[in-house]
Amino acid sequence: MRNIFNYIDRPSPIHRLTGATKLVCLLLWSFAAMSTYDTRLLVFLTLLSFVLFYVSKIRVRDVSFLLSFMAVFMVLNNVLIFVFAPQHGVTLYGTSHPIFSLGGNYVVTKEQLFYHLNLVLKYFATIPIVLLFVCTTNPSEFAASLNRIGVKYTIAYSVSLALRYIPDIQKEYHEISQAQQARGIEMSRKQNLIKRLKSASAILIPLILSSMDRIEVISNAMELRGFGKEKKRTWYMERPFAPADFVAMALCALFLAASIALNIANGGRFWNPFVS
Amino acid sequence: MKRTPVKTIVAIGIGAALFFVLGRFVAIPSPVPNTSICIQYGLLGFMAVLFGPLAGVLIALIGHFLIDLSWGGGIWWSWVIASGVFGLLMGLVSKKIKLADGEFGGKGAAVFNVSQVVAHIICWAVVAPVLDIVMYAEPANKVFLQGLVGGLSNIVTTAIIGTLLCVAYAAAKPKKGSLKEEKEEK
Repeated sequence: MRNIFNYIDRPSPIHRLTGATKLVCLLLWSFAAMSTYDTRLLVFLTLLSFVLFYVSKIRVRDVSFLLSFMAVFMVLNNVLIFVFAPQHGVTLYGTSHPIFSLGGNYVVTKEQLFYHLNLVLKYFATIPIVLLFVCTTNPSEFAASLNRIGVKYTIAYSVSLALRYIPDIQKEYHEISQAQQARGIEMSRKQNLIKRLKSASAILIPLILSSMDRIEVISNAMELRGFGKEKKRTWYMERPFAPADFVAMALCALFLAASIALNIANGGRFWNPFVS
Repeated sequence: MKRTPVKTIVAIGIGAALFFVLGRFVAIPSPVPNTSICIQYGLLGFMAVLFGPLAGVLIALIGHFLIDLSWGGGIWWSWVIASGVFGLLMGLVSKKIKLADGEFGGKGAAVFNVSQVVAHIICWAVVAPVLDIVMYAEPANKVFLQGLVGGLSNIVTTAIIGTLLCVAYAAAKPKKGSLKEEKEEK
């Protein structure tokens, strides 16, 4: 079965950064891109994320499935916003420059288009970075990274367990589903929703009861090995920070600071080119 | 089942993995864009009631974070947090339902369903849309509609799947005090 956290092992400067660095950068970057609607910063982050994507040697076809999914998501979100709030841009920017009318309240304005442009830029600024994180971080290193940035190791270990057992549970779900379908439960669109939910439970109940046994077995094994006795633990996959790690984290912190500074300078989260 | 710290840790890990698998692979698309009928909240309600508030919060946060990450398209923090709040609220109910001792009768089902409806309303009609507006500056009527549709479908799936899971678990579990000491006749 294909690994869902599509780790692609190719030598590149991005791969050489430690997992902890990439996690910190992902968080800082996504908060920076989330908090501001300043088009200038968003364009900069978008261009930089494309450059980083190129540097990482991840190819577009490695992630084409995810990209097409996100494209649909982005388009739908934009359409929905326009349908529900065609004048949202006007409310945000305080001016109205109509371009053409689609009837009723649906007047396309420059402000609305500009708001949508910013939304799309936000997607473009974030998606490559998330993909980079997913494709260049070894899942085994992820838990060690969480612990490194201050998450309690027991919690980090839960994340590690989750990543470890996702493929097993996926496989088990598939097996139970096939077994139940062989016994005649119907999951397809031909059934109505309530029936489908009931059939879903016919798969879920065995899956969850067996998972409860699994919890018992794993926690007994961990307790026998004295898990949780010490305040600290070491990680096999942990790597020491290199100078490049500090540079990367400092840069991302700088972007977040810039984003916050622009929000203050613009007197709000929106950079308004309509009043000058 | 006795709750120990290590068991809670493992339950969080396995719970998050289950949440992820159900949310990522078993989603049934709904007519409103960007929302799907999520059966993982039935599981979350059940796990939170069984393992308590800490497990509830973390299963939801980790599971939802991993789902968003696996789609590769940015993490929708407002909804991740709303899921966490649902896990927390359901975890608080675990004091009222002794599911861990295999008790889940009509009263348990009533408490479970009333609290899941209240918790879902708080999460999807208040927490998620308000955070969407604060964090992402999205138009209010759009996010409230999304929240409402998501919330309603979550209530239905939690009512069916969550309750069935609790009943099945309680039935498979020997009741507390079901063993009696046999007094030897003298």
